[in-house]
Formats: sequence, structure tokens, C-alpha cells
Amino acid sequence: MTTINSETARYIKPSKTLMVRRFLAEMPVVAWVGLIIILINLFVVAFAGVLAPYSETELVTDVWAPPNPDNWLGGDQLGRDMLTRILYGARTTISIAFIATILSFTMGIVAGFTAAVVGGIIDTLLSRIVDALMAIPTLILALVVISVLGTEIYVLIGVIAVLDSTRVFRLSRAIAMDVAVMEYVEAARLRGERLWWIMTREVLPNTVMPLIAEFGLRFAFAFLFIASLSFLGLGIQPPLADWGGMVRENATAIIYGIAAPLYPAAAIAALAVAVNLVVDYILARQNRSVAAAFDGTG
Amino acid sequence: MLTLIGRRLALGILTLLVVSVIIFAGTEILPGDVATAILGQSATPENTAAIREQLGLNRPPYERYFEWLVGFVQGDLGTSLGNRRPIAPQVGFRFENTMLLAAMAACIAVPLSIGLGLVSAIKQGTIFDRAISVVSLMAISVPEFFIGYVLILFISVKLGWLPSLSNVNERMDFGQRITVMALPAITLTMVTLAHMMRMTRAAVISVMNSPYIEMAELKGVKYWRIVIQHALPNVLSPIITVVVLNLAYLVVGVVVVEVVFTYPGMGQFMVDSVSKRDVPVVQATGLIFAMTYVLLNMTADISSILANPRLRHPK
Amino acid sequence: MSESLLLDMQALRIEARGPDGKPFRIVDDVDLQLKRGEVLGLIGESGAGKSTIGLASMNYARTGCAITGGKIIFDGTDLRTLTEDQVRAMRGVNAAYIAQSAAASFNPAKRLNDQVTEAAVRHNVMNRGDAVKRAQELYDKLDLPDPDNIGRRYPHQVSGGQLQRVMSAMAMTCGPDLLVLDEPTTALDVTTQIEVLATVRDLIRTNNTAALYITHDLAVVAQIADRIMVLQYGKLVEVGETNQILHDPQDPYTKELISARTEEINTKVFTGMPENPVLSIKNVTASYDGKVDVLKNINVDIGRGETVAVVGESGSGKSTLARVVTGLLPPREGHVDFDGEAYSPALKQRTKEQLRKAQMIYQMPDVAMNPRQRVSEIIGRPLTFYFGLTGKERDDAMMKLLEEIDMAPEFADRFPGQLSGGQKQRVCIARALAADPELIICDEVTSALDQVVAAGILKLLDRLQKEKNLAYMFITHDLGIVRNIADRTVVMYQGNVVEQGTTEQIFTPPQKEAYTQKLIASTPEMRTDWLDEVLRDRADLFEISSKAKA
Repeated sequence: MTTINSETARYIKPSKTLMVRRFLAEMPVVAWVGLIIILINLFVVAFAGVLAPYSETELVTDVWAPPNPDNWLGGDQLGRDMLTRILYGARTTISIAFIATILSFTMGIVAGFTAAVVGGIIDTLLSRIVDALMAIPTLILALVVISVLGTEIYVLIGVIAVLDSTRVFRLSRAIAMDVAVMEYVEAARLRGERLWWIMTREVLPNTVMPLIAEFGLRFAFAFLFIASLSFLGLGIQPPLADWGGMVRENATAIIYGIAAPLYPAAAIAALAVAVNLVVDYILARQNRSVAAAFDGTG
Repeated sequence: MLTLIGRRLALGILTLLVVSVIIFAGTEILPGDVATAILGQSATPENTAAIREQLGLNRPPYERYFEWLVGFVQGDLGTSLGNRRPIAPQVGFRFENTMLLAAMAACIAVPLSIGLGLVSAIKQGTIFDRAISVVSLMAISVPEFFIGYVLILFISVKLGWLPSLSNVNERMDFGQRITVMALPAITLTMVTLAHMMRMTRAAVISVMNSPYIEMAELKGVKYWRIVIQHALPNVLSPIITVVVLNLAYLVVGVVVVEVVFTYPGMGQFMVDSVSKRDVPVVQATGLIFAMTYVLLNMTADISSILANPRLRHPK
Repeated sequence: MSESLLLDMQALRIEARGPDGKPFRIVDDVDLQLKRGEVLGLIGESGAGKSTIGLASMNYARTGCAITGGKIIFDGTDLRTLTEDQVRAMRGVNAAYIAQSAAASFNPAKRLNDQVTEAAVRHNVMNRGDAVKRAQELYDKLDLPDPDNIGRRYPHQVSGGQLQRVMSAMAMTCGPDLLVLDEPTTALDVTTQIEVLATVRDLIRTNNTAALYITHDLAVVAQIADRIMVLQYGKLVEVGETNQILHDPQDPYTKELISARTEEINTKVFTGMPENPVLSIKNVTASYDGKVDVLKNINVDIGRGETVAVVGESGSGKSTLARVVTGLLPPREGHVDFDGEAYSPALKQRTKEQLRKAQMIYQMPDVAMNPRQRVSEIIGRPLTFYFGLTGKERDDAMMKLLEEIDMAPEFADRFPGQLSGGQKQRVCIARALAADPELIICDEVTSALDQVVAAGILKLLDRLQKEKNLAYMFITHDLGIVRNIADRTVVMYQGNVVEQGTTEQIFTPPQKEAYTQKLIASTPEMRTDWLDEVLRDRADLFEISSKAKA
């Protein structure tokens, strides 16, 4: 390898912000709406204490008071400010769901990639365990476990994380196996690259987008799941404000024509929908780039 | 093909066994202790020991598992800790209610979702299709209780068309039952509709893009004939699978919906028992739910084997 | 003239919607005339619009495409002025279509007879009983086994070559005036291709059917077409009598197409068996499952600076041989020597230096490069990995490699998705060169590329070989290119080396082995009388009976 004149040797590496900018520029309106809702929720999680007009447990108005200038969303079943409760509830519900998702993701990806790369008995064993757990509806299995372990927060997080990680396991195993048979991975193996290099440089970058999408889906699932459990009275316990529990506590208002339980329920629905809208865009983009890659072959 | 079905049946039975082990083990080997769970605050060493004795918790777990399983197969679901009465008669009526509700929801959801899926596949890319796609995506992600309460607020409280509570009992005639069950059934329909519809659409589109449909077009076959004679036999298998999978989901979704409408089904029974820590009831209802789920999944697989021409007519 | 015209397309324009939503023309003002009983070959590379034109003759456009201008006059009527029902009434009766993939074009859920007779029955040309009888006659004529009963089978119960013939029968049931054949033999092995080609041609001749024969392979179309129309990017390049196009092409693009097929690239004179081979495959027997041997006692040597072609049809074991050489599949018996040194059978036990000496180039450049890495990383990695180059040193070396593969320095920043098929393959070549190897294994490196682009790649490989004294193990199913580039040729069949020798020995008749004879005889040549000659002279090799011709 001899040197050549340095004029041709100069080139500039474009920055990664370009890709982010293109990602945002091509985003359809619905996905934007979703992204904005998610950002608002994150903001609320961070600053609930600052934003809330009252304290979490303070009785400030009448039971199920209608919305008024002092209490924008009215009062709850004890006369606490509904808006304040929803802001604090965001913090509880979203952070629990988030921690559970991070846990399930870590477990699922580690187990899934290991199963795919190592193969053999470990793969079979892990896969059969996951099959067995997935043969039972998640909610039912969670109820069975909760009936014995109770509704401590760490129990809830643990149960959701374990049950959810089965799905992450399946996906990450499948993705890793797909990528592992690609010829560019074979090329790296033929070059003599180590397993670590292949995993981090060749496999992982190509699994990032589907995994981000899956993270969104899993988060939406964990979030809905914890909300449902709380709604059933088997999740987060009062006096902590959480959205699912608030729906339950205010449920009887509905038969008097009072919309109180709908506010927290709508907050749950909005965040779940928002996540799905963004994930849908990521997945559609993924499919398009795959299609484009195949168009190139002619 | 028979061997395939046989293998799937055997796998189904194996799954059922594994599921029963998991549910039993879930209540046994986890660090929580049933006896302390029941007694809660009032637990003393003496009465804990008494409860353990009474529940037979001192015997080895596998012995109790087989006893439980054999009893279950024979229709003996054990005794409730709450009211000290046998579980089977309490479950019977509720199981029937739950199945009735799920069936009613399925009767509305299945034809509606397949129809909408077909239309949106045929009108692929139009405004109708896109609108349906966004709306159904939203419907998939919205929790059951949100839809339930919205329906109660508008249809039952504001409009007064249907009752908001679904407290059915044996004395009601069929018509009354249907009226009372209408709202929960509609809620369940909306929850499952979107998923089935999206899958139907995807299945039809992938078949309609295949070369043999183009070939039929180029043979001058009429469009409706292409859809019915060429596309339908090939989308049947994926659609059946999706439908059955959603029925399985319906059985679970029923739990939340029953609580929303205080419908006396098995879901509510199970939720109550979980909060009362009535472990034998939780085990029994949990296993029944899980069994239904496993059986429906098995049906989905077997029907897709049956609908596959390659397997039906081997070489 | 206009009396005998069957199809007259005037200023045909077809548009598709691009990924950005804007329409673009995939067929741009093309005029096409076809007389009754005439066969017109439509030739061009991918994206030339030839299939789209073929389908347009039946006033059909695929999803996402629309016929937006011009006239399609079929038998005196402009199809574009007809109603949907009127057009459907002519499809399948007056004009019929034969697709590339028979396996995909038959509905898996319906019996063959139902599909073959569908057009005739639906358009009330005959009743079902007569249609089935007609189908059985055609099956018989097309040499299908058990013609009376084969129609009761389902598509997956019949082999690929047979299915292609059933599709021909399906097209012929109503005795159409026009046949549209869209690459009907491209998916087949050469020895099957020749049989299907012969039957299709005889069908067209005996029924005096006009046909549009769509293909990218000039040699194939030369056997069957009266005239040839050359297309590029949706535009008409040149149209003329077959012999005129082959021997006296006017347009520069046509000339390029023809020379891509015929040009002699390798001008070396073979000097004899290698004395100190770079690669020596010795008594290799290999198996994927430990039961069935996919390679049986293979012995092949490759000398320094030599190109050895390994040829065979699908399932011959030629790609498996590459896997054994690279160490991906350790052989059950035998060993692979490099520069006289025995390599460890398994990849993991080979040293970096051993791995460096043998590099590989793949068939599909799309999946051979990590889509998330820039060209600079793809080429740069082996430089760092094998030679420890970093920073400016590495950049300079990389730029030199880009220069060697005739690509401008700015390509270094591109991702594979931003390159054309030919450019991708060039980058793969540069990645192999970066290791400064002694041997490069080329696994079907040109078969995913258009012919002109492929010719460019072959020239590049040849130039690099001379500059760097590289040895190539050139795996291919395409005997057309073997003759132009290989010093020696190894013929494989069902895991065995049937015959090996200098390319001249292998290709000069008489060949020693019957399979080699058949394989070489099946490779279409660029002259109009090739098929006739082969069928006349080599009747013993092919199982095409005289029935179809009668």
C-alpha cells in the first residue's frame, strides 16, 4: 500500500444529525401529533410538582365538582383537584411502566441475542421457557402471581418486566438470527473478526430501528397493563395518584353523568395512542428502506 | 397432514399440562406464603400453622399438584377459602355468562371486521382506507375501560338507550339478557375489531399482489370472481388464524370489561378472589381462562393446517 | 401492411408513482407494430420497461402504474377506448400471457385443470368438458407425463419445468392470436431452459401465433424472434430484423449490449497445469448434515494469476465448494492447502494471515455490505484489521483502492444504498483488494447484474488480475462468460467434478463427458440457427420428442 497524493484523500464525514433531521422532516402529521403528546407527558413527569396547582392529597373542592376556573378538570371522589391528581398520576404510572420496560428489554435482549448467537441447548431451553410463559394470557398469569405476592410496587414491576420480556426475547432472537445470516456478517467472519466486533459493529446497528419500535410497543403495553391492573384494584394502591386507580376510584360518577373517570382514562388512551402512532411511522420507514434496498438489485 | 394435526394436538395437551404446572407453581413456589397471605395482619405462628394444616400445605407440592389436577379433571375445583364452599358451582354460572358475552361480541366483531378489512383492502390507498387505518390504530391502543366508560356516559346515561350495569341473573329471559349485555359486548367488539380488521386487510393485500392474481386478471376473469375464487381460498387460512387468536384475546379482555360493567362473569370472580387472596379460586379460574386460551390457539393452528392446500394435498 | 397488423401501439406512455409520490414515465412514447404470426423480441436491461409494454398489449398495468397516453390497437380496435368488461373479454381469448415464474403464477389452492380451462370456460369459448379435452391434447403435445391425469394435480405437486409447460398449455387453450412471454425461461437451469424454449417455439410456429418475447438475454431471443426491439429506460432504442440487430447494430447502446455478450476479455494463453498452486483442494468430501455428501472427493488446483471457472447448475455443489475453501464448512474428509501449507478445516483455527490471502466476492452486493456503514468503513476495515493502518495512511490507501476500481473519491462517504448495482459490486471488489489477497473467490459475481454492467465488472477483474497477479476461483452457472474469462474450467454435477481442463479443451467438441456436452450444448449462442442446430445434431442429449414439431 503506497501513498497517493493527498488531494484526493480528503473527504468530510457528514454528521449524524442529518439522519435525525431527515427522520423528522419526513414525518407525517399523525406521527408529529404522537411525538408531541409523548414529549408533553415526559415534561409532566419531570415537572409534575412545579406544574400542579395544588398538592397531591389536599381537599380543595367539592366531591366531583364540575370543571371551573379554579379546578380546570373539577374535583375527584374526595374533592381533590382532578388536574393535580392527573399530573402526579402521570409521574407514578409512566415511571413505573418505564422502569418495567427497561428491565424487560434488558432481560429480553440479553437472553434473545444469547440464544441466537450461542444456539444449541441454551437456545432450546430459553425458547421452551418463553413458549410456556406465552401460552398463558399475560393478565391471567399476572393475577395468579399477584394473588400470592400482593401489590407491592416492586412486585408489579417485576411481574410486568418478566412477562413482557418474553416478547422482547422472541423479537430480538429473530432479529439477531436474521442479521447473523447476512453475507456482510459472513464477510466479517471470513475476515477473522471477533464475536464482539461482529455483534456491536455489524449486527447491532442494523437492529436499532426495529428495537426502538419494539421498545415503544413494549412501553405502551407495560403502561396499559399497569393501568389496567390499577383499574382492577390490583396495581398501585392509594393514596398514590395513578391513572388506572383514578379511573377506578371515580368510576361510580359515570352513572350520574359526571365525566370524572374519563379524564384519567383519556390521559391513558392519549399516551398509548401517541406511542403507537410514532412506532407505526418508524416501522413504515423501516419497511420502506428494506423495499428500497431490494429495488436497487433490479 | 394427519400426523401434523396429531402432533399439534399432542403439543396442545402438553401445553395444557405445562400451563397447569405454571399456575399451580405460581401460587406455590413464589416467596409469598399462602397462609400468611390469607391471615394478613392477624397472622400468629399458631393460626398460620393451623391454616397450613387445614390447606394441606405441609404435604409435598407435587402430591398436592396431582391431587388438584385430578380433582380439576373430574370437575372438583376445590373449596373457596372465602366462603368455604365448593368452587365448581360458583364458577359454573359465571363461566356460562362469560362465554355468552364473548360469543356475543364475537358474533358482532368477526363479520364486521372481516367486511371492513376486505373493503379497506380493495380500496387500498384511498381516503377511506387511510382513515380506517388511523382510527383502528387508535382503537388498538386504547384501554378497554376507556371505551367502556365513554359508551356508558353517552349511550346509557345521556341517551338512556341501554342499561349501564349488566347484572344478569338466571331469572332473566333471553331478550332481557341481550339488552343488558349489549354495552359490554359492544365494548369488547371495539377492542378486538381493529386488530382483526388490520390483519384481514394485510392478508388480502398480500394475496392480491401475488402473481397468480395477475395471471387471473390476464385471463380476463371478472374482478369479483377473482376475489372470490382466487383470493378467498388463499386468505382464508390467515384470516381464520387471526379470528381465532382474537377470540382468545377476547376471553382475556373480558376480565376488564366485566369489572367495568359489573357483569357477573368469571373475570370479575377472579379479580375479586385475587384481592381477597382466595388462592384456590384464583387457581381454578386462572386455569380455566388459560385452558380456553390454549385451546383456541390450538384451533387456530389446526384450522390453518386444514386450510393449506399444500398440506391438504401432499405430493 | 395495415391489413396484417395484429398489434399497433402508438406513442404508448405508461407512468408509475415514485416513492416521493411524483409520477415518472416508465414507458415513454414507444411505437410497436406486430404482424400476425410474427415474433417480436423485446430486449433491454432491468428498468427498460419491456414487461410493462408486454402487459400493456393486453391493456393491463400493474398496481401503481397507469397507461396515460397513446393507442393500443389490437386487431383493429383501440383497447383503450373499450370498457373494462370488453377488455376482459379479449384477455385470455385473443391474447394470453406466459409469466416468468410458473410456481408463483398458479393459484396454490386450485387444481391445474381448473386454472388451465378457466379462460375458455369463463369466456364461453367451450364448455368445461371440451376445455379439459383440449388441455389434455396440449399436455400431450407439450410432452407432459400422464397428460390425462396431470391436470387433476395441484401446482405444488408438479416440478418447475413441467409447470412452465402447463402454463404454456394454459395460454394456448383458447388459441390466442397473441402470446406475451415474459422471461419464460429465465428462472430455469440451462438444460431445462433449452427444452422449454424448444417447445414454446414450436407452439408458436405450429399455431401461427404472434408473440412478444420479453427477455434480457439476446442469445435466447435470437432463436425465436423474427424481429428484435431494444429498449432502455422506457425508450425505444432500435428495432430491426434479428440478424440485422445481431450482426449490424446501429445504435451505440445495442452495440454495447451485443459486445457485452461476445467480447473476448481474457487474452492470456494458458501455459499448462500450475506447478506451485496457490490453492489446492485435495480429496474434499463435505456434508451439511453428516448424512448426504454434497461434495464427493473433489480435487482442484488453482495457480498464481490464473482464473479457474467452477461451473454447474443449481445443486451441483459449486457454492458449497467455496464454503469449504473459506472454512465456513469444514470438510468431512480431505483438506485445503494454500501455498503448499495445509489450512485448518475450520474458520476459527485459521490465522489472520491465512484468512487475508483468500478473499471473497458475493453474488448479491446488496446483502454483502453492511447498509449502515459508509464505503470508507467498508473498504477501510480490512486495511486496519490486517495492516493496522489508521488515520491519513488508511485514508490514502482507501483512496488508492477507489481509484483502482474506477470510482471517484467522493464515493467514500456514501452508504451502499446510495450506489448502483455495479458500483456496489466494485466496492465489494475493493474490500477484497484491501486485504492484498492472493486468491479471490468470485461467487456468481455478475449474475445479479445487467449484462453491460457485468461486462464492466469482468473487465475490471481481468485488469486487476494482470496488475496484481491474482488468482480467481470463479463460480458461475453462466457458461457464456466462462469461455471469455477462464483459463481452466471445472464442471460440477451433483457434488462431483465431472470434468476439468483448459477452457479450450472443455469447450471444443468432442467433450469426453455426456453431461459436459449437454451443459455446453444448452448454452445459447448469439446466432439465429443455434437452437435448430443443437436440436438436430444433439437429439440424443435432449428429451424433446418430435411430437411438438409435428
